[in-house]
This record gives sequence, C-alpha cells and structure tokens, in this order.
Amino acid sequence: MSARRWRLAEGGRIDRARPLGFSFNGRRYEGYAGDTLASALLASGVHLVGRSFKYHRPRGVMSAGVEETNALVQLGGGARSTPNVLATQLELFEGMAARSINCWPSVERDFGAAAGLVSRLLPAGFYYKTFMWPSGMWMGYEHFIRRAAGLGQAPREPDAERYVRRWEHVDVAVVGAGPAGLAAALAAGRAGARVLLCEQDREPGGALLSEAAEIDGRPALDWVAEAAAELDSMAEVTLLPRTTLFGYHDHNYLTAVERATDHLGADAPAHLPRERLWKVRARQVVLATGAIERPLVFADNDRPGIMLAGAARSYLKRFAARPGRMAVVFANNDGAYRAALELNAGGVAVTALVDPRPAPKGAWSEALEAGGVEHLAGHAVVATHGRKRIQGVEVAPVSPDGREITGRHRFITCDFLANSGGWNPAVHLFSQSGGRLGFDDELACFVPERARQPLRSAGAAKGSFALADCLAEGFAAGTGAAAESGFGDGKPPPTPAASPSPDPAPLACWQLPVARRAAKCFVDFHNDVTAADIALAAREGFVSVEHTKRYTTAGMGTDQGKTGNVNALAILARVRGEAIPAVGTTTFRPPYTPVTFGAIAGPDVGPLFLPERKTPIFPWHQARGAVFEPTGDWRRPRYYRENGEDMAAAVSRECLAVRNAVGITDSSTLGKIDIQGPDSLKLLDWVYTNAWGSLAVERCRYGLMLGEDGMVFDDGVTARLGERHYLMSTTSGGAGRVFDWLEEWLQCEWPHFAVDLTSVTTEWASIALAGPRARQVLAKLEPDFDIGAESLPHMAVAEGRVAGIPARVFRVSFTGELSYEINVPAGHGLALWLALMVAGEPEGITPFGLEALLTLRAEKGYIVDGVDTDGSITPHDLGMDWIVSRKKADFIGKRSLSRSFVAGAGRRQLVGLLTEDPAEVLPPGANVAGELRPKPPMPIAGNVTSSTFSPTLGRSIALALVKDGRSLIGQKVALPLAGKVVRAEVVRPLFYDPEGERLHG
Amino acid sequence: MLLIDCPNCGPREESEFRPAGEAHIARPEDPQALDDEQWARYLYYRTNPKGLQFERWHHFYGCRQWFNVARDTVSHEIKAVYPMGAAKPKDLA
Repeated sequence: MSARRWRLAEGGRIDRARPLGFSFNGRRYEGYAGDTLASALLASGVHLVGRSFKYHRPRGVMSAGVEETNALVQLGGGARSTPNVLATQLELFEGMAARSINCWPSVERDFGAAAGLVSRLLPAGFYYKTFMWPSGMWMGYEHFIRRAAGLGQAPREPDAERYVRRWEHVDVAVVGAGPAGLAAALAAGRAGARVLLCEQDREPGGALLSEAAEIDGRPALDWVAEAAAELDSMAEVTLLPRTTLFGYHDHNYLTAVERATDHLGADAPAHLPRERLWKVRARQVVLATGAIERPLVFADNDRPGIMLAGAARSYLKRFAARPGRMAVVFANNDGAYRAALELNAGGVAVTALVDPRPAPKGAWSEALEAGGVEHLAGHAVVATHGRKRIQGVEVAPVSPDGREITGRHRFITCDFLANSGGWNPAVHLFSQSGGRLGFDDELACFVPERARQPLRSAGAAKGSFALADCLAEGFAAGTGAAAESGFGDGKPPPTPAASPSPDPAPLACWQLPVARRAAKCFVDFHNDVTAADIALAAREGFVSVEHTKRYTTAGMGTDQGKTGNVNALAILARVRGEAIPAVGTTTFRPPYTPVTFGAIAGPDVGPLFLPERKTPIFPWHQARGAVFEPTGDWRRPRYYRENGEDMAAAVSRECLAVRNAVGITDSSTLGKIDIQGPDSLKLLDWVYTNAWGSLAVERCRYGLMLGEDGMVFDDGVTARLGERHYLMSTTSGGAGRVFDWLEEWLQCEWPHFAVDLTSVTTEWASIALAGPRARQVLAKLEPDFDIGAESLPHMAVAEGRVAGIPARVFRVSFTGELSYEINVPAGHGLALWLALMVAGEPEGITPFGLEALLTLRAEKGYIVDGVDTDGSITPHDLGMDWIVSRKKADFIGKRSLSRSFVAGAGRRQLVGLLTEDPAEVLPPGANVAGELRPKPPMPIAGNVTSSTFSPTLGRSIALALVKDGRSLIGQKVALPLAGKVVRAEVVRPLFYDPEGERLHG
Repeated sequence: MLLIDCPNCGPREESEFRPAGEAHIARPEDPQALDDEQWARYLYYRTNPKGLQFERWHHFYGCRQWFNVARDTVSHEIKAVYPMGAAKPKDLA
C-alpha cells in the first residue's frame, strides 16, 4: 500500500517487469531491476538508513552517487560480508540482505544516540584532548570508542570471493562516460586510437540519466545510446561499466576496479571473479569525471529527508522514486531551480523555494508561480524540525551576503528538503596526478589549473556545466589526445546543439545563520564535523588546512570529503579572514572511492602470497615427521619428531648422534654462486677480507664479507674447483643478497673484470654427513676417489661419483665434527639421501634438523650472520682478526675498519656466557648488564644473540654481544629477566673441542 | 609507478626494477689515504636534490643490468636513461 505512494506509476530507467525482493535491517521490501538499494528504499518510503559516526544522529539518504556519507550498509553475511557499502551505488539484486551500520540495537532505537545528548562534551579534537592522560586509561577508553564510533564490521572469515588482475596499455584512457567522456571516446575512437572508457555507473550517460536534456533536438539519452552503440562497434575501444578509476599515479599509470558480479547476487556465474583490478598505462588521459553537488551548511542540515537537489531529481527521473511528497527547496544557484521545477512537475509538490540570494537573475518567478511554488528570495532555512524524518523548516529573511538573520522566522511544513550549495568539479584524479588546482571565484569552486602529466579535463570536471560545452570539450579533448598519440588529424568533429544552457553561478554562501545556538551545522556528515568544530580548531591554533583536517577529522571518512571539503575550507578561510585560495586544499590521495582489500590482493593470497621453496628432499622430511621452520623463503626441517618426543628431546637425540656416531642433514638451501673467468681471484680478493691467492685448486677457504662500512655482511666457504673456477657458498638467507652485491660491484665499479657469475643454489642438492663415523658411511657408497684423511683433508674438495651419481664432496664442517658435504645435481638429491640412509643404518645414522645444527655450531662458537651479527659488527668485534688480511692493499670495507669509532674501545664484542645454574637457558635477546646488581635498573652492556641447552656439555650455553666483552672474560655479569636476575660467567665463545681435533679426524 | 625505459629491454614497469640511489659516486682510488671525514663523505653523504637527480637503477626482474637514470624528484619525469659508466648527458649535466 505504502509503496505505491512513493513509486511513480511510469517512467524511470527501472524494469517494472522484474521485481526484486530484498531485506533491509531484517524487513522485507521489493524493488525493481535498475534500482539501487537507496532508490528501492526511498521508493518504499524508507529514509532513515543509518546513524551518524559520532553523535549517532538519525541519518537518511543524502545523495545518489559515490559522494554518499550516510547510507552506508553492511552487505551479506559470513565470509561474503562486506562493510561500508554505499547504498546509493549498490545495484539491487534478488535476495539482497543489507543492514545499517553504527547502531545498536537498531537504527530506530539506538542507544548510542545518548552521545548526541552530551555532544557539547565531544568537540573537535575530543580524542586528542581526552586520551592523552593518563596513558594507561586508553586501554579502557578504547573499548568504548571502538564500539561507539564504528563503521561496518570486517568479516571474521577468509574472503570466499575470487579477485583477478589485468593489465592494459592504451593510447587514450577516458574516465567517465557522461556527455563529455562519451564525446571524448567517440573522437579518439574515430581517429583510430586504442581507447579505454571507464564508467563507475552501470550504464553510460552520467548526469543525462537524471535530467531532461536535448541533443540535436532529440532526447539526450537517444544520443547516449547511439554513442554507446558506435563505441561498441569499434574494435579498439573498450567501454567498462561498473568500473571506478580510483588511482592516478605517475607516468599515466591508472588503477581501476571493475565490479564484475556484485550486481548479480546469487546469479553470479562461478567462472567470473567478484572484482577485477585494472592496471592501465595510457599515453594520454581524458578526465571527464563530472561534478559533485555540495550541500548548504545550515541549522540541523542532517535530518532524514534532507537531500541534495540533484540527487532528488535523480531519484525521481532515473528511478521513478518520490523522495518526498511535500518539499521545500533551499538553494543558492539556478541549477536547483530547474531541479525544483522538475520535482514539482514530477510528483513531489514543492511548497517553497528558499534562496539566500537577494535577487536571483534567472527568469524563474513565472515558472515557479505557474507551478504554485512560493519563491522566497533573500531567505534562508534557519531551523529544521523532525527526528527520524524532517517535518518542517523555519525560514527567515537574511542579509545580502547570507550571513545574518534580518527578520522574523516562519514555519513551513514539509516531509522533504532538497538543498544545493553549488557544484564542485570532481578534481580528485586530476589532483592525484600532480596537477595544480585553482579557485574559480565566479563558479565558487576549485577547477584544474595546470596539469603535470599528459592529461586533459573536459566538461563539468573542468567547471564547464553547460551541456553544449561538455560535448564540445569532450570532442576536443578526445581529438587532441588521439592526435598526440599519433592518431587522426587533430580536427574535432562538429558539436551538436544541446540544451540546457549554463546556469548563473551560485552565491558563495558557505555557512548560513541559525535560529537557535544549539543547532548543528554539519560540514562533514560522515565524520560528524560541524562548522563550529572547524571554527574551534582554528581558534585553538590549527589554522593550517592539513592540521584542521586532522584535528577535526573533516574529510577523513570513507567519502574523503567529497561533499564537505570545499565547505570546510571556505569556513576555515572565513574564520581566518582570508580568501579560499590562500587557505589552500588538502591533498587528494588514492583511492577515489573505497577499494576492497580483495581487489588489491588479487590472486596473491594463501599459498600464492609468498611461494615456498622446498628442497628436493622435502617429501622425505615430511614423511619422516619433520617439524618445519621457514628460513628465508625456504622450509627447512627444524627437527624430526620420534615417538611423541618434544623438541628438546628430539634436538638432544639428534645432537648426540652427530657427536657420537653420524648425522645427516639437508643443507641444499645454502646459497651457491658459480664464479668463472680469469679475474675470479681478483673478485674474491675484493669482496672477502682475507687473501685468496694462496688457495690451491681442490681446496676450500672460509671467507667473511663486509659492507663498505666495515660491518659483517655474509660469510661462507668458497672452493677452488679449477684454475679460474670457484664455487662460493653463502648463508641460506643471504644467497640473493650476496649475488646482487657481486653483480653490482662487477657492473658498476669493475666492468673491466672478466668474471661470470651464475646462481646455482637450486641446481644442486646438498647433503651434509657429520660425525665420527661419517667416513665409514660415505665409503659404503663407493666413491670413485679417495676420501681418506690425507687425500681429502679438512677444507678439501673432490669431484667424482658417489653411489654412481656425479658429485662434489667438500670436507667442510659447521658442526665441529668430521663432515662431508656432498653436492649432487638436484634431481639426484633424494636418491643420494636414501642411499646414505641405507648405508648409514648400521652406524646409527640420524637425520638432524636446523635446531640441532644451530646447537652444534653454538657449541663451537661459529657465528650465524644476522643472528650473532646485526649489521653493526666488525670482524674485530667477533674476535676474528685472523681473517682480515693485513697484506691486501684494499678490499671492500677495509678503510672503514680504521675509522675512529670502529677501531676504538667500547664496542660490543662476541663472548660466551655460562649461567650459574646450568639448567637455566637464557632467552635470546636478553639484556646483559654491565654491572652486577641485585635488581634492575642496571646499565645494559649488550644482549644474548644465541642461546641453547647443549646436550653434549649437559648445560646451557649462550653467545652474546657485550660492550668490551673480551675484557670481562672470567667475570660474572647479571641478566635482568622477567621477574628474576640471572648470573652468568663470561667465557671465550668456544665451548667444545677448542683444538679442533674432531674436525680434522 | 614509473615507466622506465631499460636500455636493454625497453619501457617496463617500475616494479621490475630496484633503485640504488645517487649515481656517479666514484669509489676513491686510495681509501687508505683519506681521513675519516673524507671517507664518510664517500660512504654516506648524498645530495638529495629537489629536482633533477642522477641515479642508479637495476633491472632486477629483467635483464639484471645496472644503468643510470636522470629523473626529476618532484615530477618524477625521466629525462634520460644511459649506460653505467657513461658520463651525464651533456644537455642535463
């Protein structure tokens, strides 16, 4: 029954043959195909759609587009739940379920509205003033704030939708398919350019969809349909509806999101993604983004039933929805008069037109009189009434500048108020592109002034509001853009005649007087910022526009100030007593409208977020019950769990097997760089601290790499495989970094070096066999070369076959035990591993993981770069002076080692720590105090870098970097831990087999 | 995102490259002859201009070659791309 009162019987771009059922806040409604959620609600008589952000004031639909600040809804549920969707943009589909946000228990009865009653206590900067002290109270406040000042709710489940990404390279990108954009695309397309035309709406036409206009003497929408058909017929032109171009980046790089299936609801085909992110590179860009109407700032201008005039016309004309039945129109510009007449003729009785201008110039009076509309020039709305819907307004005569009330109030009953304060060109993308804006005093708005990138603005986006100008500028921009891309002769096609003609400019009245002081004049509806808040911010010293924005939060909501920013600037300018251009604008940043995280992440989620690297032996580790640990991008076994043991037991078992029998570990992740060429030796001498000339073929050497700042950067063993052939190994995590480093020096500093580098990390599987029985196990695989202690001593390398597989065997050790590191082509890695496991069974071969390896090396005091060093540690700090050549004239980092602060005292040095209680394992990172004190505070002299329980020694051990640590050897230090102080003795960082006898075994 | 004209591969997206700061910083011939301040100047001091900057880029996910770029740090306009080791373009230097 009631629906019929609000929906027109005919007209509009809706399909009455396709009714669609939907629910809002749990109630069932019906709309039609072609509706948005907002239009369907208005056509059902629903104005109250939400509660405001801070004061929880009842709010209604304010606009018909992307500038909406009030009608934000939570759409759907579960994994498909989407917060903060604009009802004005949301195309209706069968079964849609939406609800209001920021209200509890319901939009009708909202407890948070109490905030409105104490609103005098919630001024601008409220959070800054209130939550500064005492800081601990924030924990308590936060809960309240998060609940009270809410937006929609983020879904708790992983997103069930699919998102894709697509690249496009075009000659001309046109943004907006209103009259200017269509004309530009037509002109560029006809010239033969490749054109991409993005339109955020579901269909082209822009403002023409919502007003009565003519082109070439025919309805403008006929021209739109023909233009769209012509564009569709051009092979090089793509028109993307439902696509918001939200980012304009450097070098004409554009980002757009296409809502591919949201409008289909449950009918969305499974093969289509929800959204498609377009990444577009365009030679030339035409911005035909139109304009956004700005509201007037007057008393209690936020009641449900108060709407922008253009939006009111849009609901009536495009959606055949009556936004009200008895309306007052309040405007400072002639464009709104046309809207008023169209509303009055279309079924919304307009009782009065209130205009603060003392003598509007347009010849409107007759038309208004003929329509029975009272014309109140020189008047303003000074109060509004009604809580959940406007019930009436008070009007009063005002001074010619619109600032003061000059006469008595009068009450006018209404259920709807359309208002217009003029139009702001949508300059967001222009501004994002780096273009400069200028303030046009006559139009009272910011317009594009100087572009920085190859782009053109056309139509309302440029401040040209007449339809004929939009068409002419569109044709000219499209022609020019195509010509600069190398298409066409640069002559634009003739512009058709069009009506309506331009409207006289508005009166720049930024804030109207109020009847009663308690009234709130909202500027930013989304964040509940009032004119008084801006004035307060200015009084408190936040006079810079960027400071005012942050202090009041004006322009910081999901709408990014699309309706409020210019009003806010103007009010700030008035308070400061300056012109608007002197105040300036805040920076426009992407995105123009909110973009889902899904669209940005695209398919790069879950296992595709960061690909995992796995060694050839990974399946065996997995089958053997390995617990994995990420190292760099790799997944390495941390330990192998047996018979339900815990990690400590597993690590202990693995360590003892290596020390007493034989262990086997997968070290394939170590970086390997193949170095060949006559200048290979020169390169090594430059990048390592030690000298390499004496290294014989088939021998290996440990090297330390420094940055040019003298700090340890990576380490590893490099083997000389031939006269001019080396194989460098790096840390697992440092493989890429070291390779980049060598390439950089070779290309930038030593391009004359004859050296070739190849990263061969993944070409080889690498298996380390460690322990006193390692030789027996390897011997069983019948290597075709001698592996005896004399033929293949510590730090030697041999090439041949092991178990019939071509292999390189390195006598290197990171465990301190007799150790062979066997490299075979990656494809043979698993076969060799299996062969070793079989051969080693009688010897008790035990696979060991990273945790055991790190324990074994800590017992030996071998450093791990990035664990025991942190980019501020020199070889001297590590006690490794022996590796720094004194003979070499230069190497990378050499000069830095003699810098005063590097060579002086007071540096952190690597030491060992033995806790008084051998069972106490220190937490890595624990602070080491410089003085022995019973309890904190104590001066901190360093920290623990590695700490573990040594199964070999039966006690805890730790490595630490401590200020002047070597001078403390033999002394006790204190470590303040949570709740206790632990004492430890400083020792040499070497806990096991100090002579290295086992290594050479 | 910049569009960078790699001397070997042609115009490619910035995400394929890695920037490496100011170009034309020669490593001193004999670092040991420098005092701490002179060495620190080589190590750490950069001009950080507002406007034209000569800088190194590395086509990391491409040909892996290093090269020089003359870029305006305000407008991000790339004025020239030239090989490693080459002098600054005459019209810009």
